[in-house]
Amino acid sequence: MDTEEYRDHPVRSYVLTSGRAHPSRNTLRPETLLRAVESRPVLSTAGRLERELVQLCHGTLALAEVAAYLQLPASLVTVMVSDLVDAGNLTIRSNHQAHVLPGKDILEKILDGLRKL
Amino acid sequence: MDSANSDRTAPGQHLAPTVARSVKILVVGAFGVGKTTLIGAVSEIDPLRTEERITTASVGIDPGQPNKETTTVAMDFGRITVTDDIALYLFGTPGQRRFWDLWAGLADGAVGALVLIDTRHLEDSFEVLDQLELHTKIPFTVVVNQFPDSPDYPLERVRAALDLLPETPIVECDARDRPSAVLTLITLVEHAMTFPVFQKVNA
Repeated sequence: MDTEEYRDHPVRSYVLTSGRAHPSRNTLRPETLLRAVESRPVLSTAGRLERELVQLCHGTLALAEVAAYLQLPASLVTVMVSDLVDAGNLTIRSNHQAHVLPGKDILEKILDGLRKL
Repeated sequence: MDSANSDRTAPGQHLAPTVARSVKILVVGAFGVGKTTLIGAVSEIDPLRTEERITTASVGIDPGQPNKETTTVAMDFGRITVTDDIALYLFGTPGQRRFWDLWAGLADGAVGALVLIDTRHLEDSFEVLDQLELHTKIPFTVVVNQFPDSPDYPLERVRAALDLLPETPIVECDARDRPSAVLTLITLVEHAMTFPVFQKVNA
């Protein structure tokens, strides 16, 4: 099950993000929920992967899910998502206190939900 | 365990429109301890995988001559819509020190972590527990994954061998079994509720 959990291989350059390794915002996490802005057409300068990314987000998905479906590293998708949020093509649905643990009220709701599974 | 990774349209995989926030729990442990199995047992979607490239410094090499290598680490994850408006994500990640950069970022804002243990290879868990205790303040629960040939150690003996704090929960689990895996999550969230809220991670 956990085989091939890691492997060593040559670095592929960050061509897709024009060589940038860091996103323009630091609130994006693998679990951050994303949604496409339907009314906003993707710029004609956007690449194929950006279009696919926006297409995927016509329903709500977490950033990690988008990365998995696009078969790209989450760190790279974070850079792309950041640009698409800046361009108005994506909205962040969940942006609650990115660096803070969930509050007790949220934990209680999670607990209730888990007990009903 | 094939995922739907090749299907880029993700039909039926979107969250309900009512879901407006997400939380995460980390599932950490040594290789082969059953992280992906546990995630698969509770997830509402087939577990997905993303890969991350990280640069790891080799340990024990002359510090003046950092010998760095690039490694691809796979992160398997799943999701449970726990209420109409909250999605819980479970991120499985290897816990060894050389992957610390990867999961330090993941731990940020997490409800907590499940630390999976295989009692046949208890020593593999020491490094994972050390990393969690040293570098994060997130609550964790130790989960002894029961393999068919696992020795029948009482939990208190495992607790002592791992030198756990008295308040750290330790539970047995069959990671393949959904109710059993759900119980580990319940134990962790109950434990997390005893922690001070709005506490900063890595502050």
